[in-house]
Amino acid sequence: MSESETLKELPLKALHERAGAKFSPFAGWSMPVSYPPGVLKEHLHTREHAGLFDISHMQLIDLNGADAARLIARLCPLEAESQAAGASKYTFLLNENAGIIDDLIVTRLADERFMIVANAARASVDVAWIRERAKGMDVSIEPLQRVFLALQGPEAVSVMADAGIDAGHLSFMSGFEPRSGWFLTRSGYTGEDGFEIALPIEDAEEIAEKLAGDARVEWIGLAARDSLRLEAGLCLYGNDLDEETDPVSAGLIWAIPKGLRQGGPFTGAKRLAEIIAAGPDEKRVGLQAEGRQPVRAGATLTDPAGNAVGRVTSGGFGPSAGHPVAMGYVRADLARPDTQLFADVRGKQVAMRVAKLPFIVKRSQKG
Amino acid sequence: MRPLSKTYYTEDHEWIRVDGGVATVGITNYAQEQLGDLVFVDLPAPGTSASKGDTLVVVESVKAASDVFSPVDGEIKSINEALSSEPGLVNSAAESDGWLWSMSIADESQLDGLMDAEAYQKTLG
Repeated sequence: MSESETLKELPLKALHERAGAKFSPFAGWSMPVSYPPGVLKEHLHTREHAGLFDISHMQLIDLNGADAARLIARLCPLEAESQAAGASKYTFLLNENAGIIDDLIVTRLADERFMIVANAARASVDVAWIRERAKGMDVSIEPLQRVFLALQGPEAVSVMADAGIDAGHLSFMSGFEPRSGWFLTRSGYTGEDGFEIALPIEDAEEIAEKLAGDARVEWIGLAARDSLRLEAGLCLYGNDLDEETDPVSAGLIWAIPKGLRQGGPFTGAKRLAEIIAAGPDEKRVGLQAEGRQPVRAGATLTDPAGNAVGRVTSGGFGPSAGHPVAMGYVRADLARPDTQLFADVRGKQVAMRVAKLPFIVKRSQKG
Repeated sequence: MRPLSKTYYTEDHEWIRVDGGVATVGITNYAQEQLGDLVFVDLPAPGTSASKGDTLVVVESVKAASDVFSPVDGEIKSINEALSSEPGLVNSAAESDGWLWSMSIADESQLDGLMDAEAYQKTLG
């Protein structure tokens, strides 16, 4: 984005400043990128105890009306009509070419209500796309203004209980509205057990202070959020997913119900079925460098003969893995674990091998 | 005549300690704070010739890679081998044990445009 554009500020900005956050622009927002412990400690703390993230840049979109389920079924490869109330699903908005417009979590709240969690950078594109497809349908589409927090890590469940927020009964990938204007799911973006909680701005500061005040909890910035999700093998839209990438190449076919893989009412269904039938040209894989040199997004991947066969889309250091971690896309015949590849880093050839994702043992029960 | 040992600073947040015609180079404490925890330091081979402005070292944090430039023309004499197993030394001791490399100085007049500690501190505001 251009520097003249004004960055959006988090409603709890002052609280993050008091916590010593360093801010950096991300997807049009001024976001805490790290706190005084630093990214390594923040990352490890989340995996050992509990980390608190302000993810208010993410966009909640409330769909309400008799046609809400029919609209979701038109937008996403989901069996929305039969989705249970309280169930959260990882899914996508697809274009006609089955390219991913955005990846989403869609939770059914009631017969006629769904809540979408969309990526910050895609929020305006998503809302316009959804409204276009909802024309003539009986459904309201309301982007919500909320403070949105994530509490992640093995101690998240007990921290929530001690904060008086009743959430322990939720199974992973489910959610509900504990109070009017609140939205709470057991889910996350770290590979750990945890929760995401959206709440009205007027309720947020007290809850954030209460959670952050727990001795088991540290504030965690975007830098550690990125290394946590990368170790967990989770995609970052804009890096690992874009409108040119389909869910089959991205290795996300698990998110598409079997009954929708040969066709369905959603945009992109026909092209998706063709890609499934023919097999993708390239596949998303985990990549592990053989040395200590991190290989980052944008690096070209070659085979041992020097032919370009793919690219790194996310890469860095995995503090829990203890070594550099990366993901990228490679020609489909080279996607098998342990395949030897090379990445070009500033003109040096760094040996890498295809690695199984995730790089850590996930402790989230599902998803 | 120059004093025996003097430390210079660049606007790229490097420090250069000059002693007996040899420059020892590192990044400032301010720079390491901005970068965050380092996980890898890509060092040049001793004997490498460099021109002022060449990228000699890349310091890699969890999140990003940043270039460190040669402040003068010269030749690499030694590198800080300890950083290969302990890149975090740059965070804990940026302006001492976390030095990056030392080099000969082909032309001492290239030091003239650099800042002293006081002038550098002023740029940090």
